[in-house]
Amino acid sequence: MSQPSALEEKLDHLQHHFIDSDQQFEASKMGMWVFLVTEILFFGGLFVAYIAYRTWYPELYMLASTELNTFWGAVNTAVLIGSSLTVAMAIRSAQLNQIKGLIINLYITIALACVFMVIKFFEYSHKFEIGILPGSYYSYEGIAHEKANIFFSIYYMMTGLHGVHVLIGIGLMIWLVVKAKKNVFHSGYYTPVEITGLYWHLVDIIWIFLFPLLYLID
Amino acid sequence: MNRFSEFMLPPQKSTIAEGTDALFHFINITSVILLIGITIAIVYFSWKYRRRSDNDVTPVITHNSALEITWSVIPLILVMIVFGWGLNGYVNLSTAPDDAYEIRVVGKSWLWEFHYETGFVSVNELHVPADRPVKLVMSSDDVIHSFYIPDFRIKNDVLPNRYSTVWFEAMEPGESVIFCTEYCGMAHSNMMATTFVHTQEDFETWLITAGSADDNMDPVELGEQLVTRNACTTCHSSDGTVLQGPSYQGLFGSERVLESGETVIADENYIRESILEPNAKIVEGYQPVMPSYAGSLNDRQIDAIIEYIKTLE
Amino acid sequence: MATNEATTSIKKLQVRRFKPDENPEKHYLNEETGIWAWMTTVDHKKIGLMYLASITVFFFIGGMLALLLRTELLSPARSFMDADVYNQVFTLHGAIMIFFFLIPSVPAALGNFVLPLQLGAKDVAFPRLNLASYYIYVIGALFTIFAIFTGGVDTGWTFYTPYSATTSGNVMAMTFGVFVLGFSSILTGLNFIVTIHKLRAPGLTWNKLPLNLWGLYATSLIQVLATPVLAITLLLLTMERLLGIGIFDPNLGGDPVLYQHFFWFYSHPAVYIMIVPGFGIISEVISTFSRKVIFGYWAIALSSLAIAFIGFLVWGHHMFTAGQSSLANMVFSFLTFLVGIPTGIKIFNWLATMYKGSIDLKTPMLYALVFLFLFTIGGFTGIMLGALSVDIHLHDTYYVVAHFHYVMMGGMVMAFLAGLHYWWPKMFGKMYNEFWARISCGLIFVGFNMTFLPQFVMGAQGMPRRYFNYIDQFQPFHQFSTMGAYVMGIGFFIMAGYLFHSLRKGERSGSNPWGSRALEWQTSSPVPLHNFEHTPVIINGPYDYHKPMSEFQLGIATSHNGHDHHAGDNTDISKTEKEQA
Repeated sequence: MSQPSALEEKLDHLQHHFIDSDQQFEASKMGMWVFLVTEILFFGGLFVAYIAYRTWYPELYMLASTELNTFWGAVNTAVLIGSSLTVAMAIRSAQLNQIKGLIINLYITIALACVFMVIKFFEYSHKFEIGILPGSYYSYEGIAHEKANIFFSIYYMMTGLHGVHVLIGIGLMIWLVVKAKKNVFHSGYYTPVEITGLYWHLVDIIWIFLFPLLYLID
Repeated sequence: MNRFSEFMLPPQKSTIAEGTDALFHFINITSVILLIGITIAIVYFSWKYRRRSDNDVTPVITHNSALEITWSVIPLILVMIVFGWGLNGYVNLSTAPDDAYEIRVVGKSWLWEFHYETGFVSVNELHVPADRPVKLVMSSDDVIHSFYIPDFRIKNDVLPNRYSTVWFEAMEPGESVIFCTEYCGMAHSNMMATTFVHTQEDFETWLITAGSADDNMDPVELGEQLVTRNACTTCHSSDGTVLQGPSYQGLFGSERVLESGETVIADENYIRESILEPNAKIVEGYQPVMPSYAGSLNDRQIDAIIEYIKTLE
Repeated sequence: MATNEATTSIKKLQVRRFKPDENPEKHYLNEETGIWAWMTTVDHKKIGLMYLASITVFFFIGGMLALLLRTELLSPARSFMDADVYNQVFTLHGAIMIFFFLIPSVPAALGNFVLPLQLGAKDVAFPRLNLASYYIYVIGALFTIFAIFTGGVDTGWTFYTPYSATTSGNVMAMTFGVFVLGFSSILTGLNFIVTIHKLRAPGLTWNKLPLNLWGLYATSLIQVLATPVLAITLLLLTMERLLGIGIFDPNLGGDPVLYQHFFWFYSHPAVYIMIVPGFGIISEVISTFSRKVIFGYWAIALSSLAIAFIGFLVWGHHMFTAGQSSLANMVFSFLTFLVGIPTGIKIFNWLATMYKGSIDLKTPMLYALVFLFLFTIGGFTGIMLGALSVDIHLHDTYYVVAHFHYVMMGGMVMAFLAGLHYWWPKMFGKMYNEFWARISCGLIFVGFNMTFLPQFVMGAQGMPRRYFNYIDQFQPFHQFSTMGAYVMGIGFFIMAGYLFHSLRKGERSGSNPWGSRALEWQTSSPVPLHNFEHTPVIINGPYDYHKPMSEFQLGIATSHNGHDHHAGDNTDISKTEKEQA
């Protein structure tokens, strides 16, 4: 959005091939929605693998999910839902031209995302210690099912991929903070905030599916 | 029609082949008629309506509902006929009669093993009786293979950790080729076998005598037969040619450099281990792809193979 | 679009005719030149040409590999390459042709060039994302080349597990390369969808959209919906090799058939990524060279969408012998036949368009007619393979090989060549030698049929695919087929020659050598940097050949499209905005 333009200063975000800000905003937003659809299908493949194995081995899921810590999973769910709220508030601040509010809300969101990752780190490292490693490195003996490694492969793929998305989200929001500090955003132009918000909601929603599907089976 | 059929398709040697072929011909004939029609239209229009001047005026024909419905509905009817016909044939192909004679098939890279009710195992030779439904219960020891007998019009993938089946009823004694049709690695195209169809009586006799014929044979001669019969020659030559595996020539007593860097002498124990546990010692430059022959070769047979290799200096 | 209409309904816009400059001094090829300007360009036309250059390189590599394969197959067993080399070569031929040539050929190369022009837009919605897509494509390609030189890949382009999880060679680099490439495809699709929705010129309503754009729109939907599933599948396969996660590996308790479901869920729709945009080009070419309104506009447009939709539900027909349930086989077979119907409708519509037209058999039209013939054969043999009992016999034989070459090469490559020859003057402002182009087209047509017709017979006789060695009875067919491949190769070398000659010394073509009514021909050739010197206004459909050319060259009178260039004569045709509604 850095194409210089001869138009008035407030429109310096407008790229030359769009007619006006609204068209550009609508296009960006639609682009993000389409991207989110691809994200859902991307995770969709994993959900299908999950469903297939759950249909074939329902008892495996009962047994293996007891190894997952429901308490910390729930805390993480709350943390992410909270961060979705703050990212929505950040968008609201941008719409109202409250740049300070925007920056504060973004900081809170980043902090919450980091809390999520830290909890995830402790969950992972605990599992690694007792030998619950992905796939062929799996050596834990506590689950009486020959396909326990498959459950954890799915677990690691799903939560790992989700974790990568959280990290990308953190990166995007740091970039937004930098931009916001340069006073790029105002009520007439906050497209990056809006579409990052959309992305963050998706990351949140995916977790809301992952939590019951992986942690809350009995 | 007959000559066309011979040109296009392999001979019909199983009971279901005729049904499959009939549908094949039906689709072919219908398609050719339609294709000729379309081609005539293309050529005729191109000539008849060729551009005469740059100011040609063309009529405005945006659509014609009756015509469009016609050319949607007629193909729909045709493909539904094909669908029903194909489904009917498929139901026959996939339901084996209850009294079918059962043979276990194991696909390994790159050979086919056939286990009979007597416990006899033949490699790359499937022996079946004629005029009797035969059901093959198949699985793979490694990657996915696919069992295909063109003459019988049957095919099914052969999967690891799962059984799949095909059945057929051969119509008369003879031989038919078996192919692997799911790509399975280097010697995929050499994973061929032969079906021998015997009369009912010949089959019974074969089943009883199979395997016992070896008993009085000279070990070297037997060994030579065994390496062919067990498809060893798919990967191991006896004249020094390097195939997927090392050649037998000059093997015995030689020093082998392994992938791990160690060296071993190719003695009786080494060869025996290489037959029963092929991946325990891999010679440098080769891949651990050989299947185990444990269970399909007995001690006497292994001894015979060793004796045979000894002769190939 | 909503905002756009809102503004225009208040103001009363003056519309006038803009005649394209027949001999433009400045255009996208001579403004902003230099290697760095090209590499950092966000101009959709240049990106399109960069794709075109890249896919040409890959088509050349893939084609040479094909000639090597055919030469090896002149005799059974070894002629000049070993079995493992042969296996790597056919894998690469398939992977390169599909992932690096066919999938980007029409959407990314021709589509990028033409889509904004046909919309009357200055660029795609996200030009920088478009450039990023190109570089993602390049990165994916580099990974693949890296894989070739670090052990090669011998799995076949389908990467079936468990073979792909156990074989030596650098499968990981290859699958990762294709994974990366997938994002290029996704982002291009995303860009096109948003562009078609949001950047249409004033008056360009959905019912005036060129059929090429309907084709690209349907393609983009598939790219966006199916490619992520391939991405996750290949990611799982990469993890399978990296960590042994075992989801598809039977030795670790996984299921190899699940992999096939995942793979074909993408790869069947991918077949439509490869053919649906071809339909769009054929519609444009047949209408232009018949100088006639396209027959059944909506039938063609909607059948593309129908094919895109049903295409998602037929993946199981690749697995009739793989051990899925009989019920699944029945349903997939049924749905497969349903795809045949919209495809047939298109063929009849194109024929009806030619009826009473004014047909000019220039090279693009020749390719379109070749397409009609070859693609029809591809379609009929598809019906053959959809029939359950017959497919059991034909599955994984040369019949299938011949079938998909008739669809992919006889269909998509012919459509691509039709499009390339059709838009060539628009891209470079120059003509190619019509005589040599027809010779080349003839050689390719003859060579193609010589190559692949015998393969139908061989396949029906039982010759399995991916065979290095074969039994003697097939040798005459293989030899005939190889001869055909050489003829085809000669045809392509002639094409390379006259196209190269055209670039250097071709005659100037003028803005609209075909007399087309479509919007992209109403600007000069080569195209100006920002596509149009005015904001185009559309009042007629793109195939309304019964209306005068002047009605297709309208633009908003006051605008210079945001730029300082000035062009067009002053033949005023004032129109009020009302006509647009």
